[in-house]
Amino acid sequence: MSIQNINVALIGNPNTGKTSVFNQLTGLKQQVGNYPGITVEKKLGFCKLTNTIKANILDLPGTYSLNASSIDENVVIELLLNKNDKLFPDVAVVITDVENLKRNLLLFTQIKDLEIPTILVINMADRMKPKGISLDIPHLEEQLKTKVVLVSTRKGFGIDDLKNQIIDYKSLSTEPCMNASSIDEEYFDKLRKAFPNQLLYKLWLVITQDVNFLNLERNEIRNTFTKSHSDLKRLQQKETIKRYQFINDTLKIGQTIDKTNATDLRSKLDKVLTHKIFGYAIFFGILLLIFQSIFDWSSYPMDFIDATFADLANYTKNYLPTGEFTNLISEGIIPGIGGIVIFIPQIAFLFLFISVLEESGYMSRVVFLMDKIMRRYGLSGKSVVPLISGTACAIPAIMSARNIENWKERLITILVTPFITCSARLPVYAILIALIIPNNRLFGLFSLQGATLMILYLLGFGMAIFSAYILNKVLKVKTKSYFVVEMPNYKLPLFKNVAINVIEKTKSFVFGAGKIILAISIILWFLGSHGPGKDFKNAQQIVEKEVYTSPLKINPSVIPDRVSEYKLEHSYIGIIGKSIEPVIRPLGYDWKIGIAVVTSFAAREVFVGTLATIYSVGSKSDDDLTIKNRMESEVHDDGTKVFNFATGVSLLLFYAFAMQCASTLAITKKETNSWKWPMVQLIFMSGFAYIAALIAYQILK
Amino acid sequence: MKTTVDLLQIGDIATITNVDLDKIPLKLLEMGCFPNNTLEIIQIAPLGDPIYLNVNNGSHLAIRKETAREIEVEIQQK
Repeated sequence: MSIQNINVALIGNPNTGKTSVFNQLTGLKQQVGNYPGITVEKKLGFCKLTNTIKANILDLPGTYSLNASSIDENVVIELLLNKNDKLFPDVAVVITDVENLKRNLLLFTQIKDLEIPTILVINMADRMKPKGISLDIPHLEEQLKTKVVLVSTRKGFGIDDLKNQIIDYKSLSTEPCMNASSIDEEYFDKLRKAFPNQLLYKLWLVITQDVNFLNLERNEIRNTFTKSHSDLKRLQQKETIKRYQFINDTLKIGQTIDKTNATDLRSKLDKVLTHKIFGYAIFFGILLLIFQSIFDWSSYPMDFIDATFADLANYTKNYLPTGEFTNLISEGIIPGIGGIVIFIPQIAFLFLFISVLEESGYMSRVVFLMDKIMRRYGLSGKSVVPLISGTACAIPAIMSARNIENWKERLITILVTPFITCSARLPVYAILIALIIPNNRLFGLFSLQGATLMILYLLGFGMAIFSAYILNKVLKVKTKSYFVVEMPNYKLPLFKNVAINVIEKTKSFVFGAGKIILAISIILWFLGSHGPGKDFKNAQQIVEKEVYTSPLKINPSVIPDRVSEYKLEHSYIGIIGKSIEPVIRPLGYDWKIGIAVVTSFAAREVFVGTLATIYSVGSKSDDDLTIKNRMESEVHDDGTKVFNFATGVSLLLFYAFAMQCASTLAITKKETNSWKWPMVQLIFMSGFAYIAALIAYQILK
Repeated sequence: MKTTVDLLQIGDIATITNVDLDKIPLKLLEMGCFPNNTLEIIQIAPLGDPIYLNVNNGSHLAIRKETAREIEVEIQQK
């Protein structure tokens, strides 16, 4: 018995509950990846319809129409135009919101023109009654030439109907429901005659859209059927109005709305949430709550994770046979993995808040409230989401800047987001603050250490805003500025959606960053425990000779420590560290810190891991000392502390400003499609960081 | 009374009479912002910008003042 696979594409406007339907159909059987070459998230799920029929369900990015204005929307068009694509849908499922049917149907009529079998899902059907909406389904099915399925993911009905309809997709009509070419008969007739084998609407999309189209010679079509930009736009306007006319005519009979029974929660909530005082107060309160969760609530699971990994490292060291391999595990791999896992609580809390705020519809109100203020600095109201997400990680944050339509505002947002204190800076800050700031309370109230952390956050945010202001003045990018934000209806977030979102985002962060960090810890461990030449190999004899022949009577018990110290200095990593020492000496760093600064270019949190690796390779006694104690006891040759106040402040400032994250540079390159902008970030941020650290150290030392 | 959207007050309901196609994104049109449709001003952000509208009875969106200026309307009622 062979299994039949059906490709199903879920298409719909943003905020129609498309992802809820996807989650209901597929459960946790999902794969989240990227479309090749671009960073648009590709969500594919699987659903067993019968014993012999399986569906591959593709959740396409939300789009208002097939006239694309972003790379997310391009993905939808490119898939629907390319019959050879592995995922080209056998059946398209257009998801609409029952309260927004008129606007959502615009996209539906366009999909129908592509002559793909299409099912119309009217989602959130449980709201029909409270909103006084009634639908004439047979009329809608007849006019729209489709099958209509009423679904409510909240109340959990309609999903089985939808599955049955998908199984039965061959009975769906592929006929368009209206004739859009009547907007300019003459033009479309010519087009039809020139390419008799192609769908007319496909040709029209190729002419008007900036998308790749495989089978057709795009230039050929464009050259023959060229029209001026404004003529095309006029035609597109006519097309849109024509489609709306058809939709209005259809809904006149197909939908009745009795407003007398409608409850209007939306306008009541809007009055408060976009209020000129309460609106800002509530937003500020939510921000405080987010930070509270990141700094306070997260610390419990984080302490637990920290302790667990320390125990695990000790355990393996004590119970596995001694040797290279055991060292690799206990000194390289376990601390490396621990360094990633420790971020999970913070990242998860942040994604939890962001997905609740987005699902509920509140985020659009924040965009609305903040737009004018942000624009003073060359940003957009929509920059708020990337800037908040940036406190977790700049990578998803930069990707979320994608829905800023104005290129200049989007570019500035991308460029300044890495200044926001991300969670990777936290472990660096935490350990340095613990070393140099006394654990006292100011006026018996504020913890000095906490206050320092807050200052660092404000510094990052201030720097982001300040650079945005400068970039806004300096950058000469001409773009047509426009800004349209949909203000969706308020919804209680669905637990399942939020949970899946948090799990997926956290997973991709942990595995993405995890691979780099793990690789670096292994390389570091290798470089630190191997070295070229005689000095490294004969460390034991050299040190012994030195100790026994020294005129000062040195206690031989220091030999093991001295040997590891000597080995580290002459290992590959020691050689690298020493060679960059002249550059970092003026900032107050020695060669060991130098190594940590260099390796943490891959990712900031590697700093702590590197020092942990270096100091644990570099000491044979006191294995149960924490990394903080080891750093505290580090001294220069003259006996002064390495991590003194001046060096500490210098390092804090360096990490606050420097572009120490290779992945962020990579994502900036992808999103801006040029190496120019990541280079600008790197040079500007790291240069500024160097100068700030230099000034701080020279003043404080 | 003929005017443009940026000059309307909260609560005003108006009919769109003309939009400047070269200055308005297609997306706005697709949201229902074209002649003969009605729009209602729901909220104006604290600093006078952006403006939160209900267009074509159900399409809720916010636009900036500079875009609102390009939409000509006829006020129906205060």
